[in-house]
Amino acid sequence: MRTPVSVKLVAGLGPRGWLAVAAVFVAAWVLVPLAHLMLPESHPLHISTYAITLIGKILCYAVVAVAMDLIWGFGGILSLGHGLFFALGGYSFGMYLMRQIGRDGSYGADIPDFMVFLDWKELPWYWSGTDSFLWCLLLAVAVPGAIAWIFGYFAFRSRIKGVYFSIITQAMTYAAMLFFFRNETGFGGNNGFTDFKRILGYSITAPETRVVLFGLSVTLLLGTLILGKALIASKFGRVLTAIRDAENRVMFIGYNPLHYKLFIWTVSAMLCGLAGALYVPQVGIINPSEMSVANSIEIAIWVAVGGRGTLVGPIFGAGIVNLSKTWFTTSFPEYWLFFLGLLFILVTLYLPEGVAGLWAKIKARRAEKAALAAARAEAAAVPAAPRTPAAPDSKIPNGTAAKGA
Amino acid sequence: MKRLLLILSLAIGLGAGAVRADVAPEVLKGLASEDFDAKQGAVAALAEAGDADAARLLKALSDDAVAVAGDKLVIVAGEQVLDAANGKQLKPAPASPDSISLNNSLRQQVDGALAALRLLSIDKAERLAAAKALLADMGDGAALLPLFDKALKQEQDGDIKPILVQLQAQASLASPDAALRLQAVQTLGQSSSPAVKALLLPLIEKQGDTFAEPDEKVRLAAQTAIKAIDGRLVWSDMAGQVFTGISLGSILLLAALGLAITYGVMGVINMAHGELLMVGAYSAYAMQALFRSRFPDFVDYYVVAAVPVAFFVAAAVGMLMERTVIRHLYGRPLETLLATWGLSLVLIQAARLLFGAQNVEVANPAWMSGGVQLAENLSLPWNRLVIVAFSGFVLLVVWLLMNKTRLGMFVRAVTQNRPMAGCVGVPTARIDTLAFGIGSGIAGLGGVALSQIANVGPDMGQGYIVDSFMVVVLGGVGQLAGAVWAALGLGVVTKFLEGWAGAVIAKILVLVFIIIFIQKRPQGLFALKGRFVD
Amino acid sequence: MQNRRSFLKAAVISASIAAMGGIASSAYAADTIKVGILHSLSGTMAISETALKETALMTIEEINAKGGVLGKKLEPVVVDPASDWPKFAEKARQLLSQDKVAVTFGCWTSVSRKSVLPVYKELNGLLFYPVQYEGEELEKNVFYTGAAPNQQAIPAVEYLMSKEGGAAKRFVLLGTDYVYPRTTNKILRAFLKSKGVADADIMEEYTPFGHSDYQTIIAKIKKFAGEGKKTAVISTINGDSNVPFYKELGNAGLKAKDVPVVAFSVGEEELRGVDAKPLVGHLAAWNYFMSVKNPDNDKFIKMYRDWAKKAKLPKADTVVTNDPMEATYVGIHMWAQAVEKAKSTDTDKVIAAMGGQTFKAPSGFTLKMDETNHHLHKPVFIGEIKADGQFNVVWKTKGPIRAQPWSPYIPGNESKQKL
Repeated sequence: MRTPVSVKLVAGLGPRGWLAVAAVFVAAWVLVPLAHLMLPESHPLHISTYAITLIGKILCYAVVAVAMDLIWGFGGILSLGHGLFFALGGYSFGMYLMRQIGRDGSYGADIPDFMVFLDWKELPWYWSGTDSFLWCLLLAVAVPGAIAWIFGYFAFRSRIKGVYFSIITQAMTYAAMLFFFRNETGFGGNNGFTDFKRILGYSITAPETRVVLFGLSVTLLLGTLILGKALIASKFGRVLTAIRDAENRVMFIGYNPLHYKLFIWTVSAMLCGLAGALYVPQVGIINPSEMSVANSIEIAIWVAVGGRGTLVGPIFGAGIVNLSKTWFTTSFPEYWLFFLGLLFILVTLYLPEGVAGLWAKIKARRAEKAALAAARAEAAAVPAAPRTPAAPDSKIPNGTAAKGA
Repeated sequence: MKRLLLILSLAIGLGAGAVRADVAPEVLKGLASEDFDAKQGAVAALAEAGDADAARLLKALSDDAVAVAGDKLVIVAGEQVLDAANGKQLKPAPASPDSISLNNSLRQQVDGALAALRLLSIDKAERLAAAKALLADMGDGAALLPLFDKALKQEQDGDIKPILVQLQAQASLASPDAALRLQAVQTLGQSSSPAVKALLLPLIEKQGDTFAEPDEKVRLAAQTAIKAIDGRLVWSDMAGQVFTGISLGSILLLAALGLAITYGVMGVINMAHGELLMVGAYSAYAMQALFRSRFPDFVDYYVVAAVPVAFFVAAAVGMLMERTVIRHLYGRPLETLLATWGLSLVLIQAARLLFGAQNVEVANPAWMSGGVQLAENLSLPWNRLVIVAFSGFVLLVVWLLMNKTRLGMFVRAVTQNRPMAGCVGVPTARIDTLAFGIGSGIAGLGGVALSQIANVGPDMGQGYIVDSFMVVVLGGVGQLAGAVWAALGLGVVTKFLEGWAGAVIAKILVLVFIIIFIQKRPQGLFALKGRFVD
Repeated sequence: MQNRRSFLKAAVISASIAAMGGIASSAYAADTIKVGILHSLSGTMAISETALKETALMTIEEINAKGGVLGKKLEPVVVDPASDWPKFAEKARQLLSQDKVAVTFGCWTSVSRKSVLPVYKELNGLLFYPVQYEGEELEKNVFYTGAAPNQQAIPAVEYLMSKEGGAAKRFVLLGTDYVYPRTTNKILRAFLKSKGVADADIMEEYTPFGHSDYQTIIAKIKKFAGEGKKTAVISTINGDSNVPFYKELGNAGLKAKDVPVVAFSVGEEELRGVDAKPLVGHLAAWNYFMSVKNPDNDKFIKMYRDWAKKAKLPKADTVVTNDPMEATYVGIHMWAQAVEKAKSTDTDKVIAAMGGQTFKAPSGFTLKMDETNHHLHKPVFIGEIKADGQFNVVWKTKGPIRAQPWSPYIPGNESKQKL
């Protein structure tokens, strides 16, 4: 069976859809910069640096959430180690930013500060070429992709799935975190990379740079959505959802699930890598705790809260959870973990389709009521006419299938 | 050097007969002063004086019982306060005496002086203790040689004599007579102590062009002796490493056994498993607090009481989790992972609010402190020995439960084939709850064990989750043997790698190994045989 | 479906933008001065940092009771970065741009300090950092009230090498794997070399954060110490790992008088959660101990005990004070004095007025903020652990020592020695 990879980018979005996309684009690239750069601070619509970095960060998380939805919501693969790919992308781009500090560090040396106090005389081999923006951007996509491909190839080939797979992704990110915490590994150890100065010659703290990074984050998110939609709407997507629901039967029909799972797994990892690369300059620090198990599990909850298998739901999920985190840790720090824990429990127990599912249910119920009212009105107006059939069958929602995962 | 001569003369003097005299006032002033040199001189003077008063004051110094009260130096002996100069009780007892402080080197000096004093004492136990103390730290041997000679002549006891022989040999190493040195080296070659090896090493070293040891025969004998000691040390080194591996393995076993049972029965990986360990550890803490306040005489046995308490509390928490959350997610293992992770967060924060974010103090009871010295360089700590024995005991009980009781039979049935077991009448829902309770209870027991060797704090469980999972994944499900072999194997391998490459690399290598192993044999080491799809 | 999805996305973005605007605080009382407190109240560092938040609140109340600063009351703004380093930067930015604090007292680990530095430099804020650290830093916007290596590590090693301290000839440098132990050990290695200690007599080992199984390392130390020369262990093990380390040490029979261990991250607070009996005789080096006896310290301890009872802190009757708490206390008072002198809370004016400030500290010495290098002159105490978790001071410097943030033992710092 040939491997279908037909990414028809233009298919799937109607003209109104494209109009909406354009609107968001304009908002991100024109309105937000204006609100941040032009308006004075006291103006009610002014967007502060704090706000723009916070939203930019959440947008990067949203990309990761969508990437996770692709593999979990549509592929049935729960990864508890996706934070690793995000962090690897961040580290790859971080290497570029560290090189851009140049001689402005505390020691005025050609190599980053942490290498100076480790007594290293020159850059190790894996840092070569990192003063090139394009190379590091390529690394940010290629390194997570390569690691994901190798790991996924061996895992899916042995048909490891379900809980076992989740656990070994957890082991993978834990081992990587331990590895990066070592100072000898050459990635800054516990401190990680920080104190960035420049990106492509522009100061990293300049408002214009922030605005551009923000715009790029929005663009990445839009691109991810479009890519995701195209993948899912294609034949590839149909086979993938079939694998999620009944892998054995798909195999019996003649498809090899390895290719499909491996493809979506690698694409998802690469998207996370890109998100990580955009995250680091906005937040200003990357450190091995991004690879912690807790971080990766939190990605899963963003998708669960937002709604698996909807592509858009996870964006809400990421936004809701992260904004709650910011609010809670300011106002009620002792209760943040209670809230998060209860969120995990309640969402999995009572809201398996997440917020998007809830929204869909409400809409469906309203449509049902409207149709019922219309039918009754019709029946009342024409009492002798034979009874019209009941409300239309609209209860099978798109995309969300049986609870196979 | 000077102080050793003084000690020497005092010891001989003591053998000749005790002289009673009050402790000199300059000595008392020296002890009470802040200056280190003055204190050192005062201790040396006490050693020289050698009489019973000096001995008493030295003993009090060693016990940290000497204090300054007003202008007098006093010894605080329980309720009584004695005058340091002559030992007479002071009435009325002076108020709030300010204890004087010794530092490590002063304490060493005091202990050395006491040991030399007691070597010739009438009491056998005192002589034995003094000999052992001198063995541990002899200081300048050459000056003490006459003392050892004299003590050996007098010594009849079979326990103390070999120690004195060794002391004499060690002291003879610096003797000017080559024959004596040779004999000393040959005696010392019988030892298996790294400290003795350290004494012999300088003999074969070079200083510039010349050897430190002029006599060739002595040098050769030293080399042979060192090789012999090394050979003996290698075995005890390896035994030590194996023991540390088994010790780690026994802890992993306690942590992972419960998880293996619940995963086998329900196919559920409980991410809150680490928190059940924490519940067990906090139960031990609570028992300790209870015993300290209610039964202070039996406080050393709080661990014994903590075992059943921890089991039942953890089992209760586990069964509650199963009833309220996990049961409703039956058939959705991935969601169960997430929900149990949420439970773990709630449990951690609850522990923080109840007990504080700080770690809490859980002390080893006296019978679990210290260690047993099997060889000079092999000392097995008691707490770890007890934990190894305890995990063996728990394993035995669980094996009996699984294989000899009806409940165990049901559990095995549900693990092997749930639908069929249900069909023949096994109450699967109840078995689920009970198995979960048992698994959680075992984790609670693991927590009690952990409280004796690691920190007890709200997030102590997080460090053991990944390890427990690895044991379950490696060992396979359905048979206890899998968990046992996996836990012990991982423990020993981790420790050996650690000695070779450091803690972090060892852990990473072990994790990578497991990831690769799982590709080759996804069902683990000991898998249930039989046909079943997925 | 597609247009609704995109519309929803636009709505989300605009809604969150509006929400952000709402979160931004608009009005603040003009007659208080806001003081930011940036310490982890949850997560792994909560154990150490919660006490610093309480000390800061207590000191602010003490100052307010005396009339405040420049006639205005101080208003504390407490945030919780939850031991998450990127969160530290986010909260710092929030404190400076949203709450508009005049000064921040915060951070503990070097990672947290390094992650907030760019924010303070960008927004020209003021940070007081109260914890002993590895040096190699000197920022205009930061005042360091904790010890630099020459005010803690080097005097401790000198003590160990002295006759009084046991005349150690071999050293084990044991630490947790992060920048503070790495840099400190680098400095110590160079220092030991300059005193004639050979490389073969130095053993350097690192363990990861949270490591708890020290059997192998203790066995290695035993072997190393058994090779004839008197050995001492210099421990830069961080926080949690200290408990299993000391337990293992005690059970393996390594007594303090045979192989003394001096620790730089173990204080009264860390010993509270530990059975101190096996640790008796081991050492720590700080610029302050709770057991130092003088009237200022008695007053400080009593003030904190009363505060703990009033604020209903857990186990309020056994609270302890330690070096970073004393440093926080001194730092806040010095800042208040500088503001009074500069007659303004403007960052640059206060920075100029800080140089030369003095304060009679609970350690019994009068500490001075150096005119140029933003560090305090501090005394050094060496203490031995007692069975009750307190320290017995066995040695101290005659007076405060000036800090050398750029250690002369690290190559490349030659030009910075006059700082």
